[in-house]
Amino acid sequence: MVLRVEAHTRVGALDLGVELEVAPGECLALAGPSGAGKTSVLRVAAGLLRPRRGLVEAGLETWLDTERGIDRPPERRRCGYLFQEYALFPHLTAWQNVAYPLREVPRRERRERAVELLGRFGMGELADARPGTLSGGERQRVALARALARRPDVLLLDEPLSALDARTRAVAARELTAVLRDTEVPALLVTHDFAEAAQLGHRVGVIDAGRVVQEGTPSELAAAPRSAFVADFTGAVVLTGTAHAAAAGLTRVDLDGGGSVTSTDRAEGPVAISVYPWEIAIEPAGEARHGSTQNRLAAEVLSVTTVGNRVRLGLAAPQALAAEITLASAEALGLRAGMQVTASWKAAATRLVAR
Amino acid sequence: MRWFPVALAVALAAAITFLTLPVVAIFVDSTPAQLIESLGDPGALDALWLSLRTTATALAIILVVGTPAAYLLATRSFRGKAIVVTLIELPLVLPPAAAGIALLAALGPEGLLGGAVEAAGVELTLATAGVVVALTFVASPFYVRQAMAAFASVDRTLLDASRTLGASEARGFVRVMIPAAMPGLAAGAALALGRALGEFGATLMFAGSFEGITQTVPLAIYARLGTDFEAALALSAVLVAVSAAILLSVKLVQGSEALGGAAR
Repeated sequence: MVLRVEAHTRVGALDLGVELEVAPGECLALAGPSGAGKTSVLRVAAGLLRPRRGLVEAGLETWLDTERGIDRPPERRRCGYLFQEYALFPHLTAWQNVAYPLREVPRRERRERAVELLGRFGMGELADARPGTLSGGERQRVALARALARRPDVLLLDEPLSALDARTRAVAARELTAVLRDTEVPALLVTHDFAEAAQLGHRVGVIDAGRVVQEGTPSELAAAPRSAFVADFTGAVVLTGTAHAAAAGLTRVDLDGGGSVTSTDRAEGPVAISVYPWEIAIEPAGEARHGSTQNRLAAEVLSVTTVGNRVRLGLAAPQALAAEITLASAEALGLRAGMQVTASWKAAATRLVAR
Repeated sequence: MRWFPVALAVALAAAITFLTLPVVAIFVDSTPAQLIESLGDPGALDALWLSLRTTATALAIILVVGTPAAYLLATRSFRGKAIVVTLIELPLVLPPAAAGIALLAALGPEGLLGGAVEAAGVELTLATAGVVVALTFVASPFYVRQAMAAFASVDRTLLDASRTLGASEARGFVRVMIPAAMPGLAAGAALALGRALGEFGATLMFAGSFEGITQTVPLAIYARLGTDFEAALALSAVLVAVSAAILLSVKLVQGSEALGGAAR
């Protein structure tokens, strides 16, 4: 089942023009600043916003086709929609919230089914609690269980982590990753945070002022931004690999595709590595190692993009990389596409997040 | 001492004294035994029973029609909505006597729709049904206004969530919007109930004052004023007690909601 969404409409002052496609089991993360039209895309998909011109297809079903006059109401589109503030019904308990969509289930079995679903998120014991008494992380789990209860054909997630504090967010991100990995339906996620998009999405679309300005894997976007906006927005470079404990309390990460880096963060198993491009130093290839930087990767310069007084370099290493240096340094090194360089950065600037 | 806090306290003391003194006087002027004895008068009991019946009927009509109407006004925007809301609120500021005349002009035997009412075989003037019409007319704006505010303050994404979970808007209205707006709806219903229970002018003008048929408690109090002050006092005491009970129950409902919110 593929999800296809096309939406052309005005939302207030915003001119929305988005066309996208999500494969079964894939998560496409739309990332962009607030007011870029991210939530409107989700609302069009769910049928909560009717675009002037648009198309929504889920597999073989057409949910919206303005040209043919098709517009299914939201209740007849099988969407699992996770709302930004979760939108739990305050007068119902956790299990009653989860049971709300279970109308095909006989009344007597609803509680059991709802509690079972809550149990999958470790919330079985809080089945009788009201949303008002739950923490942000607990509310999110109830909302997820409720969104998945009807076995949706499409998952729509609106800023799933933004209502959580920093500590809860790491745990919730891991759980959400697991849900997205296990699901076989297309998932469309929106967030204002590129790092979140990179962590949760298989593919990321950067959206600005109602348009998807660039689409690709997180590292492609960070390494080869097609515009200054994307370069600025993407921020951290994201690499993937497998972490092992190393000597002196450090962690060694074998990068997918070859090479390895060291981090001061502790982790074990599959991880995402994030480094800010401005933490990465560039030197001509073949120079002897000097200084304190632990991580050194040989790379070829792919692109040179000027962003104000800085230069964003797209680098081809085992995985795509991006570095940001001053215009003056770039000119001093005479950097241009095709050059061989060494990219280096400190182990302390290497953040690890479990995948 | 600063003069301003003192002035505030004096103003509050004056307000409390002025507002509570008459109520206190009702209960002080007669002993409970006297009150109960006066209620033995069959006319008084008839009036009480009639007031309860007509108020309950009017409230039922107000809830059944007013709730969906208030929901529509709170959740949709359309041209001329401000005018519609103003029209609905108009009876709030209408003097009761004018309301009575207005009802006669509309539904009375010689009124605008008098023929239609008669053709339908309904008797309104000098009939119990007329009392219900008068009560509904003056009390419904209190409920509709409050209910509109209550629905408007419910987070609209709750309804969106309900729809994405497979429920039609009608189901979401019943299962989500009404429960979520319940404290406000209850407050509105209590206000309308209190207004209907105390209704005097419009009922007198439109339905008349016939014992057992249209003479509700306020009308019965007025009828006894010249002849039996004790009985008038006793009925007033009952009305005050019922009204106070209504006010108290609203405060309790809202208070428990507020406490529930604070416990989060």
